[in-house]
Amino acid sequence: MPESAEVLADSQFEFITFSAGGQNYCLEITQIREIRRWTPVTALPHTPDDVLGVMNLRGAVIPIFDLAARFGLGPTPGNERNVVIVAAVNGTTIGLLVESVSEILSVEKSAIQETPDIKSEATKHSIRGMISVNDTMVRVVNLDAVLETSMGTPQ
Amino acid sequence: MSMNSIRNTFFEECEELLEALVEGLAQMEETSDDMEVINAVFRSVHSIKGGAGAFALDRLVNFAHTFETVMDKVRDRELAVDEKLMALFHRSGDQLSDLVASARDDTDLDPTAESAIIKDLEGYLGAETATEEFSFSAVTLDFDGPAAIELPDIPLEEAETTDEQANTECVFKIHFKPERTLYENGHEPLLLFDALAELGSLTVAADLNRLPSFDSFDPNDAVIAWEMELVTNKDEQSLQEVFEFVEGLCDLQISKEKASVSLPKPEALPTEPVQELQQPTPSGSAEETPIEQAPALESPKTKAIEEQKPTPAPAPAPSGAAQKESRGPKPTLRVDLDRVDRLINTVGELIINQAMISQRIEELDLPTVAHLTNELEAYKLLARDIQEGVMAIRAQPVKPLFQRMSRIVREASDATHKKAKLVTVGDSTEVDKTVIERLADPLTHMIRNAVDHGLETSDIREAAGKEPIGTIRLSAAHRSGSVFIEISDDGAGLDRERILAKAIEKNLVAPDVELSEPEIDNLLFLPGFSTAGQVSNLSGRGVGMDVVKNAVQALGGRVSITSTPGKGTTFTIVLPLTLAVMDGFVISVGDQTMVIPISSILETIRPNAKDIHVVGTDSQVVSVRGSYVPIVDVAHSLGQKGKSGEKSTGILLLVATESQDLTALRVSAIHDQRQVVIKSLESNYTAIPGVSAATILGDGKIALILDPEELIKLAHSNPLDPFSQNTRMELHHA
Repeated sequence: MPESAEVLADSQFEFITFSAGGQNYCLEITQIREIRRWTPVTALPHTPDDVLGVMNLRGAVIPIFDLAARFGLGPTPGNERNVVIVAAVNGTTIGLLVESVSEILSVEKSAIQETPDIKSEATKHSIRGMISVNDTMVRVVNLDAVLETSMGTPQ
Repeated sequence: MSMNSIRNTFFEECEELLEALVEGLAQMEETSDDMEVINAVFRSVHSIKGGAGAFALDRLVNFAHTFETVMDKVRDRELAVDEKLMALFHRSGDQLSDLVASARDDTDLDPTAESAIIKDLEGYLGAETATEEFSFSAVTLDFDGPAAIELPDIPLEEAETTDEQANTECVFKIHFKPERTLYENGHEPLLLFDALAELGSLTVAADLNRLPSFDSFDPNDAVIAWEMELVTNKDEQSLQEVFEFVEGLCDLQISKEKASVSLPKPEALPTEPVQELQQPTPSGSAEETPIEQAPALESPKTKAIEEQKPTPAPAPAPSGAAQKESRGPKPTLRVDLDRVDRLINTVGELIINQAMISQRIEELDLPTVAHLTNELEAYKLLARDIQEGVMAIRAQPVKPLFQRMSRIVREASDATHKKAKLVTVGDSTEVDKTVIERLADPLTHMIRNAVDHGLETSDIREAAGKEPIGTIRLSAAHRSGSVFIEISDDGAGLDRERILAKAIEKNLVAPDVELSEPEIDNLLFLPGFSTAGQVSNLSGRGVGMDVVKNAVQALGGRVSITSTPGKGTTFTIVLPLTLAVMDGFVISVGDQTMVIPISSILETIRPNAKDIHVVGTDSQVVSVRGSYVPIVDVAHSLGQKGKSGEKSTGILLLVATESQDLTALRVSAIHDQRQVVIKSLESNYTAIPGVSAATILGDGKIALILDPEELIKLAHSNPLDPFSQNTRMELHHA
């Protein structure tokens, strides 16, 4: 039935969950371009800690951020399972280093809860909402916020 | 097709028409009686007027109409083109271009210049034409439903042939079947009928045979055709001019039925401009003729008309035609720039990929396999060919840019009351589109300078035995992989004493300094230098030659100056052919591989430890042929931590900058010299101080391209970089 499919598309969201800094996060699947194994990047001078450097993605130069470091959870330790999530937001492409990718999560819109009032404004801003999966909590990353802080960092 | 995109197309076409107009005016100056050229100018103005009418751009239509009417008089040989009229035409052309720009950007334009020109133009029109009320009022286009259009009387043709009334009454049968695109482009058959009715008595019958049943009716389709009968004393040419704007958008057949009265009157003929068009033109430059004559081929009867009329003497002089460039219609394609840039990016990938494959194969250390080496070499050549081909798409002739400069010369000579003319050489030299765009401002400035400061007034010139009219020469040429652009004047040359005095007065150099002539000339490029004794409102706008130099350097080029007293001054701009690739040194800074543009490096030095001296706590200088040059450690400048700074290690790259005369950049090693593909960092991240862009090396890794100027600034302005404390250049994710 076309109608129900439409309703489904409207209310059903797919997320890819991953862990960074020991916490569970997720990103909407439509924002993700690809997932790559970690390869060494070219470091950039005069950049903050959480900017690891730039990587060659089929000819485009894309910056790679350490998501854990960006969220103030300390640098991601080197590990074979580390991956880079390549995401596109507002016309720019960026890479996020995370510890590991777990699964694809399909949830109803109603399952996404708003971020409760927490103390840190910055944290609240960087998370769009929360999803509860099997008693664990997954945070929905606000990519805009990741970009904002990266661009806005005083050099 | 939305209204907006039609509008955009119109303005794109306007650009081309204005270019043709400027070119035509320049040619008129040389051969003022070449009908072909005059017709081309007339057509440009006429087409702009026609398009502008459809978009209700009243001011533009009005101005173009006045311009066109005077042009028409020239075409009819009622007006002789003299120097004064030529100048007026140039001014009109400039004004027309301003009006187009203001209509496009929806900005207001000061009407004083416009009305002055219109008044001057009208001065050339006789009383009878001047009083004629011009009523080309705009047509409101309505794409949503049946267009309800109020039709004004449209005097498309001047009442030029009234004296020929009833001489040659002919009956033309016209079959007119518009295609769908005709309507989509905003044309209206009713207007055409009206225009035809102006020519004589018209009977129109609609052919509804192809009207589909109501069920299969597509309101956007064009199904109605018209059969018309026109009794007129005009010739077929006039009829076809009516259909000029719908050429190719309809099925049009014009045939002459019979001549009711046929009394050719030869003496009236030379005033009929359209005759000229039908003359077989001696050069291949008749871009209009094939179109105009195409329908004529369908009806052999029309031949008869031409034969009846004695041919006027061929207007274009064969000698003039011979030296003209062939202006045959060159098929072109309008392509979205983004698409070209995407293609260029992909080809850049191909080049990198090719370098990677070569490198991998070398690493395999295979026994010499001749085949593989050959194929690899062929691949390399192909990749390079493709790259050059794609780059050529972005390359454009400098002609439009140079043409714009003729206006600058005119305005500058008006403002300074000096007489000057512009001579351009190498118009067809092709340069990257971005380079052309970003060269416009520096060139404008230099041309203004050349007129304002370079040239003398006519009195002085005559006293010095020179032509009273000064010449500004603008030339472009390709030489050894670079583009050379020269701006020279035949003025008095640089007044070196005054330049030096001025530089001393402005504290730019020490009063007791000893400078060579080229060194004095180069003082002009210092920031804050302005030579004009009195600041004229032309050049003295607070913009100096230093801005020109910066703009050229930003394009990866350099600018130099030579001057001979009494003979003139020449500025030479040397630019890279493309902005997409660059020659660079592959260097090591600490443990990172980076690229530094070769163009900025004067010399590389492997210094002896005894040549390096410590000044103060941590500053170092190196002695190069007796003078001390400050050393900037690149690793330190980029915030790298480590054991750099030891005297003996590293290689010094000598660079010259604007702010600091000579500086030595210390890097760890130089590995290679190669062409690299420039990749922007800013597209996905922000700009980084000291780094201009990035590139991808043969191993697929990204290397940063350094900006020596910025690096030195960094080292001087900010020795204790706040980030140097916490920037980890060595990543733990190796």
